[in-house]
Amino acid sequence: MGDYTADEMMTVAASRALDSSDVCFVGIGPPSAACNIARLTHAPDITLIYESGTIGTAPSVLPLSIGDGELCDTAMTTVAVPEMFRYWLQGGHVTIGFLGAAQIDKFGNINTTIVGDYDNPKTRLPGGGGAPEIASQSQKIYITMKQSLRGMVEKIDFFTSFGHGDGYDHRERMGLSTQGPALLITDLALWEPDPVTKEFTVTHLHPGISRQDVQDNCGWPVKFADDLAQTKPPTDEELSVLRDLKARTAAAHSR
Amino acid sequence: MAEIIPLQDAVSRHMRDGLCVAFEGFTHLIPHAAAHEVIRQSVKDLTIIRMTPDLIYDQLIGMGLVKEMIFSYAGNPGVGLLRRLRDSVENGWPHKIALTEHSHAALANAYEAGAANLPFAMLRGYVGAELPRVNDQIKSITCPFTGEILAAIPAIRPDVTFIHAQRADKKGNVLIEGILGVQKEAVLAAKVAIVTVEEIVDEFEAGSNATILPRWVIDAVCVVPGGAHPSYASGYYARDNAAYIEWDTIAADRDRFTSWMEAHVLSASPDDFARRVAHLANPTQKRAR
Repeated sequence: MGDYTADEMMTVAASRALDSSDVCFVGIGPPSAACNIARLTHAPDITLIYESGTIGTAPSVLPLSIGDGELCDTAMTTVAVPEMFRYWLQGGHVTIGFLGAAQIDKFGNINTTIVGDYDNPKTRLPGGGGAPEIASQSQKIYITMKQSLRGMVEKIDFFTSFGHGDGYDHRERMGLSTQGPALLITDLALWEPDPVTKEFTVTHLHPGISRQDVQDNCGWPVKFADDLAQTKPPTDEELSVLRDLKARTAAAHSR
Repeated sequence: MAEIIPLQDAVSRHMRDGLCVAFEGFTHLIPHAAAHEVIRQSVKDLTIIRMTPDLIYDQLIGMGLVKEMIFSYAGNPGVGLLRRLRDSVENGWPHKIALTEHSHAALANAYEAGAANLPFAMLRGYVGAELPRVNDQIKSITCPFTGEILAAIPAIRPDVTFIHAQRADKKGNVLIEGILGVQKEAVLAAKVAIVTVEEIVDEFEAGSNATILPRWVIDAVCVVPGGAHPSYASGYYARDNAAYIEWDTIAADRDRFTSWMEAHVLSASPDDFARRVAHLANPTQKRAR
């Protein structure tokens, strides 16, 4: 197929981070696409959980919301929302929480609540939903988002969910035993936290992307790994599965 | 004890200005028809509770009926933001409402605490999150056994809870199937519970672990086919995703919103919902995998 978009590269790269043993709490939007591509390619036995209580779901089209009927109809089981958060998430059964973000900082702290001041916001965003506890209770967190100067900022306007805080051992000092943000997948690069400082560091550039491209779309001075590598381009299979899924989804959501 | 009565009567009998009301349904089974009836009867100064405010709270807020909203995710799922809510919070149109904001885990726990007749809920929540700074209803409690500090929030006890469900029987017992959300908890936590249903049947033919709300925890059952639209009722009709997408442009403009509400809510009745789901009546089936 050869040609692909930056968006497709992001979704495919995110899907590769998952495997069949994962129990993944799926955020809506880009995370949902990535998780389902994983399920439809190399990770057929992955357990996908949406916060509406659907466990082990296998939708044939991407849900518009976290509670579309398709999710329940194809789920192994569906539980009530209090049980979802109490037994399954707080109970420690989720290996990966897969989140999107409106704003993120270099330590993987996320804002989806407001732009500006909380009481007099410039923009009122939807808020956290399940994210504050997904971020603290999943064994680790993957984040996927498109890069932009507005989205990747030195200082987020609101701590909707806690990533690595100020870095270093901040999570441990907060009493958290889970790993926190472990991978950031953007449309330009793969980022992993530095083992010591926990600052997100670019480990892979997507094909055709330069260091300057990454820096031009990021609001903090970007650190690059010494052994910086290149992401493998999407395979023909990955691209065709992704495009088929998107086409089915577009047809299903139109009148 | 459940009375089977028209929705107009249930709302006029149980609702009044200033009450604290939950309209629950987690994406699935959202009680749109009930909220529209409340809007038509112009019940004001409401404190509204919902995990995911969705279109019905955008509509209640835009019509100026809300004083305060308690919530945990105020978006149009998969589409974007709630534009009437934004206009209220950012520009004070038609007036500025108070927000009490939680996480999903906290609000789900708070409903459960209400159902369990406890004064508060506790969870291992809000760690490192900023909401406790802006919501004084989020406090902490120390475990008397381990010393661990946990988040505590007040139980939710609505004056009135509205939910939508698939079926009731002739006595007024109610069956819910599919995504259950927090409806059972919201009903058991409330002083008054009003349930709209797709239909009334002779027998449920449900399994022994089915989610059934007995008629003695419900005050009114109202038959409103299609009453969740544009949300959905599993087994009856699918979610009208196109309507959710369209709402984004309707709610973006004050005049367009006002004329839409006039045409589709103020000049409409509960009987109009059946027609709105006719093109969606494609019962989903539990599929073999």
